[in-house]
Amino acid sequence: MQIKPILSALKKHRLATFLIAMEIALACAVLCNAVFMIANRLTAMNLDSGVDESSLGAITVTGFDPAQATDLNARMVAGLRAVPGVESAQVISSVPFGAQSLVAGISLDPSGKKTPAVVQFYQGAPGTIDALGLKLEAGRLPATSDYQPLSGQEYFPAVSPVLVTRALAEHLWPGQNPLGREFWMAKWQFRVIGVLSHLSVSQYTEYAEQGAEWTVFVPTLPGGQLAGTYLIRAKPQDIESVMTTARAAVAKIAPEVVLDHENSHSVSFLRERFFRTDRAMAGMLVGVIVALLGVTALGIVGLASFWVAQRRKQIGIRRAIGATRGDILRYFQTENFLIVTFGIALGMALAFVLNAVLMKFYELPHLPLYYLPVGALALWALGQLAVLGPALRAANVPPVVATRSV
Amino acid sequence: MFAYYLDLALRSLKRNRVLTALMVLAIAVGIGASMTTLTVMHILSGDPMPGKSARLYFPQLDPAPADWKTPLHPRPMMDYRSAMDLWSAHRADRQALVVQSPVKVLAPGTGRPPLMLMMMSTTTDFFPMFDVPFAYGGAWTPADEAGRAHVAVISSDLNDRLFGGGNSVGRTLHLRDADVRIVGVLKPWRPTPLFYDPVGGITGSMTPTGFYGRPEDVFMPFLAGLDVNDGNFFQYTCWGSGPAKPGHLQDAPCLWLALWVELDSPAKAAAYRSFLDGYVRQQKALGRFAHIDTDMPDLMQQLDRAHAIPANVRLQTWLALSFLAICLFNMVGLLLAKFLQRSGEIGVRRALGASRPAVFAQCLAEAGLIGLIGGVGGWLLTLAGLWLVRRQQLPYSDLVHMDMPMFASTFVLAVAASLIAGLLPALRASRVAPALQLKTL
Repeated sequence: MQIKPILSALKKHRLATFLIAMEIALACAVLCNAVFMIANRLTAMNLDSGVDESSLGAITVTGFDPAQATDLNARMVAGLRAVPGVESAQVISSVPFGAQSLVAGISLDPSGKKTPAVVQFYQGAPGTIDALGLKLEAGRLPATSDYQPLSGQEYFPAVSPVLVTRALAEHLWPGQNPLGREFWMAKWQFRVIGVLSHLSVSQYTEYAEQGAEWTVFVPTLPGGQLAGTYLIRAKPQDIESVMTTARAAVAKIAPEVVLDHENSHSVSFLRERFFRTDRAMAGMLVGVIVALLGVTALGIVGLASFWVAQRRKQIGIRRAIGATRGDILRYFQTENFLIVTFGIALGMALAFVLNAVLMKFYELPHLPLYYLPVGALALWALGQLAVLGPALRAANVPPVVATRSV
Repeated sequence: MFAYYLDLALRSLKRNRVLTALMVLAIAVGIGASMTTLTVMHILSGDPMPGKSARLYFPQLDPAPADWKTPLHPRPMMDYRSAMDLWSAHRADRQALVVQSPVKVLAPGTGRPPLMLMMMSTTTDFFPMFDVPFAYGGAWTPADEAGRAHVAVISSDLNDRLFGGGNSVGRTLHLRDADVRIVGVLKPWRPTPLFYDPVGGITGSMTPTGFYGRPEDVFMPFLAGLDVNDGNFFQYTCWGSGPAKPGHLQDAPCLWLALWVELDSPAKAAAYRSFLDGYVRQQKALGRFAHIDTDMPDLMQQLDRAHAIPANVRLQTWLALSFLAICLFNMVGLLLAKFLQRSGEIGVRRALGASRPAVFAQCLAEAGLIGLIGGVGGWLLTLAGLWLVRRQQLPYSDLVHMDMPMFASTFVLAVAASLIAGLLPALRASRVAPALQLKTL
């Protein structure tokens, strides 16, 4: 296949060629970045919460005074355990994807001047770790004596033995053994006794300077500030019906408090709701990509059809002097390949410019390089598919056209 | 002449239906995508207080100690003492302290279970300052405010839920442990964005709704509200050891209040700025403040700074606009093909005496007609797109609809876009050399 005659033919249609190439270039830039954003959303949506989501649910109530906390906890736990299908019910501060519990900056020295991490503190009564299904990676689980009561209006006991996630341990003490290490939050001191494989924060935002799994589990006895949220465990197939019954039961167990309807759901539901906007965004991006590829393909079809119509006579002459149908077909395919290649070359540069802009305004990471060849392949394929129809029509131009009205 | 061009354009469009359909489709899809996101942007970035927003200001200062390092200066919220000092100085035409907190609400005699609702503790200027409409009764008096009277104004929504929408002025609500008399009931009121909360509901509410949630259901005089719901207030941030008693922030080193002022002339605004600066310098001299930076954005500037519009929505708008650009490139290519295909016909028109501008105008008329038809398609696609947005359960989903300005801009954008796309092809077409074309006929 000779490329030279194709190039000199394209030179006669510089403007049209440039337009199609620009369209391809823009499509390439938007395509690479849109696919990358979808991939980012999907990664975020795959967040490992570290708990047995399908068997868990939370009941949250509000509108009581701290003085009533102990009495309320006792009634709620007993009442919820009596709901048919409930395997266990415990007092907990929050569940992943539920209402957020205390989030605060911690420091590695008592002075508290530097805060190397902002973490979420989970607090739970004895039995919560089992019920959540947390996996211990190193160290030990809290013993019964590690669960301490909260006095008055305090958030934590003065010194607490705690579990931290692997992700947080690696962030605070990279490459070192986290067991036995200490950290502080305001006046409270924490000592690491165990490392959890995973436990995600309740409300992860990629914009906050906070890791998705920077969490601390503080074993605590219920009462005082630890009241109002209850972890329910049931069989996965029963959890939705159990939660419905449990929500209704609250009115009888504690008529004086208010059920927080927003946050009293199964963890699977809370997760689905938490990622709703991400899913909507990913859906919209898929829509943009489909429409984009569709419009680009239509543009190629339109222009190629025009060129075929314009060159009917020339095609007829070429056929008359010996070119096969295959020759004509390949001519248009090669022509398209050249234009698309030109567009892709421009598009790769544009993709990086667009990515730089997005990084600046939307805290998107760097576009990985392998997106470019994949995007290029997709556009080459699209170009070849789009040009196939007009090219086949061109190949079907009979040689006899050459003899007419030259 | 224009009618004749339109007739020619229609004939030409009918001649090559496939190419016409492709162009109309490209414009329609591009317009549909961009108008959907632009409509959402238009609604989210609207002025919640049209005609008044330039007179509403949000004073800011920074009471944090010098060794407390976070990048945000000045702070979006205030501590109790600074806010009270500025408010009691009464230097503005109107001024409102605002703080939200969740409160337990029971309506005695209705037999309904208690509700957990958001309560706004504010000062009485809040209502005239933000043009809050009343259905029954009115705001509390300054005397009620000073006397910490247990009175409240409720939203129309809450009045419907508890009292079936009737005149409930004079009835009693049980707020936490206190009996509070209703003095006013609002008409439906939904400022969009919900501008007066400077941090978009991240304090006070357990599930932040950003800047597009509903206003609070219960409004109480500022000090009375702090009394009634003591222990349930949330801080934006604290330094040192934080509050001694959680939820009681009056004497804690915490930022949790916002102050809005209405200043009716630029001169008054300048005077208030210097008052604010003077206050901060005085506090620094007293040793209470470490920083002297202040700021006083007006309402729209404040919304801009608070990044009220969700990042997702901005991103979608940019995506949609670049998509429209691709559609336009596509259309330029197709128009070029279409016009040059008719070189022979143009040659005849030119030979018969049509001037270049006439040919140019005729081509543009055709492009404009395509834009108009594409605009109809784009309008239908926008309606479909907005329907999809409404189906997503976002805080602002129920607000999304197409208003007249957006309806008009759909067609303006469609026609303008296609005219721009038509410029180059039309120019090319008008340059066709008549003699050359006539020879090849």
